[in-house]
Amino acid sequence: MDGIATGSIYAAVALALVLIFRSTGIVNFAQGEMAMFSTFVAWALYEAGVPLGLAVLSTLVLSFVAGMAIERALIRHFEGGEPLTLVIVTLGMFILLNGLAGWIWGFENRGFPSLFSDDAVTVGGVRLSVESLGIVAVLLAVVGLLFLLFQRTKIGLAMRAAALNPESSALLGVRVGTMLMLGWGLAAALGALAGVLVAPRLFLDVNLMGSVLIYAFAAAALGGFDSALGAVVGGWVIGVSENLAGTYVDFIGADLKILVPLGIIFVVLLVRPAGLFGTREVARA
Amino acid sequence: MTRPRVRIAVICALAALAVAIPFMFGPYRVGQFTLVLVYAVVALGLNLLVGYNGQISLGHGAFFALGAYSAALLIEKADVPHLLAVPAAGAVCFAAGYLFGIPALRLRGLYLALVTLGLAIAFPQLIKRFDGLTEGTQGLTVIQPVAPSWLGLADDQFLYLLVLAFAALMFLGAWNLVRGQLGRAVTAVRDAEIPAATLGVDLGATKTRVFAVSAAYAGVAGALYVFAIGFVAPEAFTLTLSFGFLAAIVVGGLATISGAIFGALFIEFVPVYASDVNDALTGVIYGGVLIAFMWFLPEGAAGLFQRVRGLMDRHRDRRAWASEEKDLTPEGGAA
Amino acid sequence: MSLLEVEGLRAAYGPVRVLEGLDFSVDEGQKVAVLGPNGAGKTTILRALCGMVDARGRAEFDGVSLVGKRTAEIARRGVGHVPEGRGTFGSLSVEENLRLGAYVRREDVREDLERAYGWFPRLGERRRQAAGSLSGGEQQMLAVGRALMLRPRLLMLDEPSLGIAPIVAKELYRVLGEICDEHGMTVLLVEQNAGLALDFVDHAHVLESGRFALSGEADRIKGDDEVRRSYLGY
Repeated sequence: MDGIATGSIYAAVALALVLIFRSTGIVNFAQGEMAMFSTFVAWALYEAGVPLGLAVLSTLVLSFVAGMAIERALIRHFEGGEPLTLVIVTLGMFILLNGLAGWIWGFENRGFPSLFSDDAVTVGGVRLSVESLGIVAVLLAVVGLLFLLFQRTKIGLAMRAAALNPESSALLGVRVGTMLMLGWGLAAALGALAGVLVAPRLFLDVNLMGSVLIYAFAAAALGGFDSALGAVVGGWVIGVSENLAGTYVDFIGADLKILVPLGIIFVVLLVRPAGLFGTREVARA
Repeated sequence: MTRPRVRIAVICALAALAVAIPFMFGPYRVGQFTLVLVYAVVALGLNLLVGYNGQISLGHGAFFALGAYSAALLIEKADVPHLLAVPAAGAVCFAAGYLFGIPALRLRGLYLALVTLGLAIAFPQLIKRFDGLTEGTQGLTVIQPVAPSWLGLADDQFLYLLVLAFAALMFLGAWNLVRGQLGRAVTAVRDAEIPAATLGVDLGATKTRVFAVSAAYAGVAGALYVFAIGFVAPEAFTLTLSFGFLAAIVVGGLATISGAIFGALFIEFVPVYASDVNDALTGVIYGGVLIAFMWFLPEGAAGLFQRVRGLMDRHRDRRAWASEEKDLTPEGGAA
Repeated sequence: MSLLEVEGLRAAYGPVRVLEGLDFSVDEGQKVAVLGPNGAGKTTILRALCGMVDARGRAEFDGVSLVGKRTAEIARRGVGHVPEGRGTFGSLSVEENLRLGAYVRREDVREDLERAYGWFPRLGERRRQAAGSLSGGEQQMLAVGRALMLRPRLLMLDEPSLGIAPIVAKELYRVLGEICDEHGMTVLLVEQNAGLALDFVDHAHVLESGRFALSGEADRIKGDDEVRRSYLGY
């Protein structure tokens, strides 16, 4: 169960990655650092006396706005150009945000309060922590909301269209730039959510999202980079397998724990290059 | 002067400058420039893969580490002479790159990037795990090449020149490759796979070969790194290093040989200067400079030079046309 | 004042000049065609009017200049453009495609959807299917239906008969004719198939090397054998 909870966090970040990939066509290497930065903001608000729930909510909103701003001010300039340039830009953002957070808040780690209580409940003979249940519940709620957004609302439809065919969308009056901004804003908010959910377990410091990001990549790749469902399933698989491997397989131990998900992706991608749920054209060499 | 002659003159000037460096600066600086050469070799190989062949790798830090550890182990535990360790490291990485490439290169773009990312993450962990062989996190100290007394050079100067010699060889090799048959096949694959295939270029083999070559370059660079630093530990081969290599070739200029040097200079010195300016803001400055570079110079430093050269060519052509009405072919050919 | 007034329209793709100064207008309720061989630049006219290509000169829609405006803004003013190659969203369903057509309209569009299914019953049959699974002709109908969902004041069509079977093209034009008669739609059409176009429109221009070589009433051009043969090849 713990694995599914961790997996849910990976899934959240993976969803953010998939969102940006589907709308902008690139992988945002700075997704984790953006989330880390947001988590720090939440922490700062909480330390200033704002109740935790409100702090988190405000952070989500702020992250949304920041994500939109980043797309408009920075990413927009590079759209349509060489994709590798944009990759380097996101790497630059990674380094910049990491340094900025360290400069503002220092490089030591600190605790972060959990949104959920410390208790555990017993279901069917298995002890589950409220926190784990809470995380999974939040993720499912988020996935549900996203589904409704994209499948049932006009704006969600427009966002999908803008990602599929920007030119045709423009001919229908869709402001493609705005859709991209929304995509980035959503992704940033998702990342922030993942950050505040994972921080209580890992201690908040500038490297909070480092390994989470890797696992999220693995999850997204496993699920297929253009599939939201894949991101969720991928996240769970990775979370659970990481947990099981670390606990039960002695040979591997803590150091090599990270190899298990990596190994899984490698094998899956060999057999199904587009990931479990991805569409064929994305990955065939 | 004609264009080819200008180019040769510039190269000679740069070569002279390169040789003069150990005599112009103190040991610390010279050590930094030695590292620049090491990174330039990696960048060269990576550029072959990314710039010329259109593949991507986020994991060349792993091959760099593999080369470094191979050389370190050969020198320290197998008493292999230093000079032999370099090609040995290259060969090991060529093989590793080839083996990795066969399955990995069936993936395209993003997924290949992820798999190479996985490699970069996995390798340091593997080093730590097999610490019986590699001394794990403790690291392995390696005897560095010592300057023979008859040369009258200080150790750091000798090291620099030794690395320079190897680097020059690698540059020549790369230049040759790009101009030769492999190079043409490689570029053809990048530009248009299907037509290239119909022209008989074996896509799979070409891609794997290029990957192996670029891994070999990283391996050679790793061995040279061991010469320069005299110590290897898993912590030195972080993800940041792999990212740094990628940044180096984009900043320097994709698909250019000269770009490797610009890029290597960038990733060696910018972080140092950034921490000089304000230690706490190092990341902010480095990241900011990286982004600014991409904003203003998306084609990299080499691209800027090409643009300047283009402008100069056009200016010279216009003058030639204006002053020589009888001679219809402008001197040096059009841009 | 005409609904669409164009004067001295020039357009280029980088250094290549495609349109060399075109003058024409389309009155409200009128149907105008631009004919000509492949590569003459017909598509470029529509793309220039929609802000997809760098254009100079004067182009006014309902008195408002189009030059320099963004594509989405032009669409929001009521210009519906059915692009070359249809531009349907393959992985979205037929109904989703149609709904996107009405994106800028705030009202409930169920009535318009039913209307579209009325004109193109085959779309109604396949409303939940992915647009990419439709045949070429059906996709063309979808593209037209989608543009009509906007309730555009000006409908621009880029080579609607291209790549679909002649029978289907004829059917498409027939339905288009019905729709236009019923709603008094203003149409600017670009076509390679001069025969189909001339039967449909009131007025036509023939484009050759970036300029209009010939302009006139559709009936007259159709009736003039010599003109037909030398300019339109049939």
